[in-house]
Amino acid sequence: MRNSKVVSLEEAIRRSGLKDGMTISFHHHFRGGDKVVNMVVDKLAGMGFKDLKLAASSLSDVHSPLIEHIKNGVITGISTSGLRGQLASEISHGLMSEPVVFRSHGGRGSAIANGDLHIDVAFLGASSCDCLGNASGCPRSENAKSICGSLGYALPDAKHADHVVVLTDDLVDYPNVPKSISACDVESVVVVESVGDSSKISSGAIRDSKNPRDILLAQQAAKVIINSGYFVDGFSIQTGTGGASLAAVKYIRESMIEKGIKASFALGGITAHMVKLHEEGLIGRLIDVQSFDKVAAESIASDQLHQEVSAVEYASADNPGSAVHALDIVILSALEVDVDFNVNVLVGSDGVIRGAIGGHPDTAEDSALSIIVCPLLRGRIPCVVPKVTTLITPGAGVDVVVTEYGIAVNPRRPEIAARLKEAGLKVVDIHDLAAKATSVIGVPDPLPFGDKVVGIVMDRHGKVLDKIYNIK
Amino acid sequence: MMFVPGNNPGMMADAHIYGPDSIMLDLEDSVTMAEKDAARLLVHNALKSIDYGTTEMVVRINPLSTPYGRKDVEAVVKAGVDVIRMPKTETADEVRELEAEIIKVEEEIGCVGRTQIMAAIESALGIVNAYEIATASKRMMGIALGAEDYTANLKTPRTPEGSELLLARETIVVAARAAGIACFDTVYSNLDDMETFRKEVELIKNLGFDGKSIINPRQIEVVNEVFAPKRKDIDKALKIIAAIKEARAKGSGVIAVNGKMVDRPVVLRAERVIALAVASGILNEEELS
Amino acid sequence: MELKNAVAGTLESGDIMIQIGPGEGLQVELQSSVEAQFGRQIKELIKETLTGLGIDNAYVKATDKGALDCTIRARVTAAAVRSTGVDVWK
Repeated sequence: MRNSKVVSLEEAIRRSGLKDGMTISFHHHFRGGDKVVNMVVDKLAGMGFKDLKLAASSLSDVHSPLIEHIKNGVITGISTSGLRGQLASEISHGLMSEPVVFRSHGGRGSAIANGDLHIDVAFLGASSCDCLGNASGCPRSENAKSICGSLGYALPDAKHADHVVVLTDDLVDYPNVPKSISACDVESVVVVESVGDSSKISSGAIRDSKNPRDILLAQQAAKVIINSGYFVDGFSIQTGTGGASLAAVKYIRESMIEKGIKASFALGGITAHMVKLHEEGLIGRLIDVQSFDKVAAESIASDQLHQEVSAVEYASADNPGSAVHALDIVILSALEVDVDFNVNVLVGSDGVIRGAIGGHPDTAEDSALSIIVCPLLRGRIPCVVPKVTTLITPGAGVDVVVTEYGIAVNPRRPEIAARLKEAGLKVVDIHDLAAKATSVIGVPDPLPFGDKVVGIVMDRHGKVLDKIYNIK
Repeated sequence: MMFVPGNNPGMMADAHIYGPDSIMLDLEDSVTMAEKDAARLLVHNALKSIDYGTTEMVVRINPLSTPYGRKDVEAVVKAGVDVIRMPKTETADEVRELEAEIIKVEEEIGCVGRTQIMAAIESALGIVNAYEIATASKRMMGIALGAEDYTANLKTPRTPEGSELLLARETIVVAARAAGIACFDTVYSNLDDMETFRKEVELIKNLGFDGKSIINPRQIEVVNEVFAPKRKDIDKALKIIAAIKEARAKGSGVIAVNGKMVDRPVVLRAERVIALAVASGILNEEELS
Repeated sequence: MELKNAVAGTLESGDIMIQIGPGEGLQVELQSSVEAQFGRQIKELIKETLTGLGIDNAYVKATDKGALDCTIRARVTAAAVRSTGVDVWK
């Protein structure tokens, strides 16, 4: 009886009642090392399923085998936060007849919670699970292989999907507590050889960037934060994982120590840098929707003040309890920013999808101060442009843009511009940045877009924000 | 002064964003023989096209004794370089030879007198002749120490504390001051040892150097921090300058600040502190008026 | 002008590698990391630079890694100088 939930993948699929046309879901906590999506879709294809809708929290390079399953009609719809690599390129060139639906992490959480995105069967990989389905991203035995830490993006799926299958490569004794996914939400447990390649899930300790431009951008971003007016005792912060973002943490730390300022919490994807500040007593609590490296994954397993949150608790727009509402400062990256402060993090300047929305619009809109850090020029590619290729984060939520040629402040925030000028920072008009880019690289030719819609960008409130057309 | 290899277009395109006072595009040691022609063209086109703003642009050419030197001069003078840095300078005659070469090209394009010269001294003979080199031409804007070749010439290793460079450094500062031109210290190559680098910058600042040569943007911050005048020195300098202005307005001869007499060296030092404070971005023009 | 096969430039970011050899008219084959936005302009600049050097017949294979115009001009000139043996500097 106890082991009745533990079955083969095929049996779990049969029990789930999955039918052609239904929606299956996955999380991306195993990142570039994920083996669950390919394994499950291969099996579904082998069992003869067709016309399935794949709802992933994100997809990456490793998921290029989906191309064949799309061509064979096994997968006919995708919703995700991001797409990269070969799969992204094929989709940009018109592989699918149904457009991919892109949502932010907060947007996806809300859509699952309010029924806009209905999941029939969720296939959720876990680093450890007991025979009843209590699952976690933390290691619980010596056999643990694929450690990911937080399972935040999987939690809305576990709570709201009609049927939940947990896949694990470490079946441990009951009870597997503390748990992330509750046995009460789980119908089947499948033991597999491996759910993820741990070397690609997370690197070890992150090394500091030695790229001088990243360091320059990081120093400028840190100066913006320190002089913004929000750098006071008890502030809260979220940073991305780009080289400049991570390096900025180092400079902020120095200033926190010097001025005796402590942060109440750090939010979002948690990195080794944030864990270090927390352990030094500079950050009170870590609120972790995704553990970005081994250090973060180990910390969440052992530290009571390092807490997992679901995507809804992290960044939902409609839920007033979500953490972004309490967030002071966020440092974000961008592929493009335009003169109206709109940001694109999804579609490359060649018109090909090559990124992920992540929590970008969620944190930009709800934080008190959002800072975009991006080089004005990446080789011959401009990052400050007259108009973004694809709108992901509306300019109304973006406050400051930091580039190597100067800092632009949204005219909606004159008080911040005044504080930065007062501190001697080089504050410039964003139109001047766009003009500077043009003067160095010239005016790019318009991109050869077709008229087929290959992607739809939903805003975090569930409305269509922009459309992505095929590129020729 | 930041060194940038002359055959690396990626680095040349954005070297100025890090805010060095001057950029030295290198055609000499960082460029292989086979690439001398291509690097020369690259530097020429970069100088003509890239907007380096107010950054002073220096090009280190190959010695005139090599097959590349004269072509280097033609290419960079025609592109409007601010300063030509002559490597391995040993005598005043070499400076005059370079000056003649520069004049030839300047006459051809009709802008005589535009190009300045910096001489790098990298041997014992060069140190012995430092003052003659510094005064060899009215185009001389500065002299610099090249420590790697110099220590090799002395048959001694380069040490972290730099005692083997002391005479050369002091000689260069003295020669430059006597000639009324600027002096720049050598590079420090270990990017991972910022502590030793900082000590070296502190040392050369105290010796009297005007600046430090660097090989990576990461070193700029340390140089700026060490060279930037401290707030109390700036405030004192501002007071002295204000007192001078007031005294001049009154036609008074003797000036005192905080009970101490202000004589000419004190005024000169105060002016230097203010100039450095403006250059370091600590003071802006408004505070001066 | 007689052309020998010659190469200039590298495949590093911000550079362009120009391979030049004999051809009928000016033929340019371009591979670029910014093909969609700048491919047309880069080809035009390569031809314009060669014409300026008095070269009207050449086959050029260019592999671009996001080079700026001044770099493209320098690399094309360097390849041309190596190919013709006629330097632009005395």
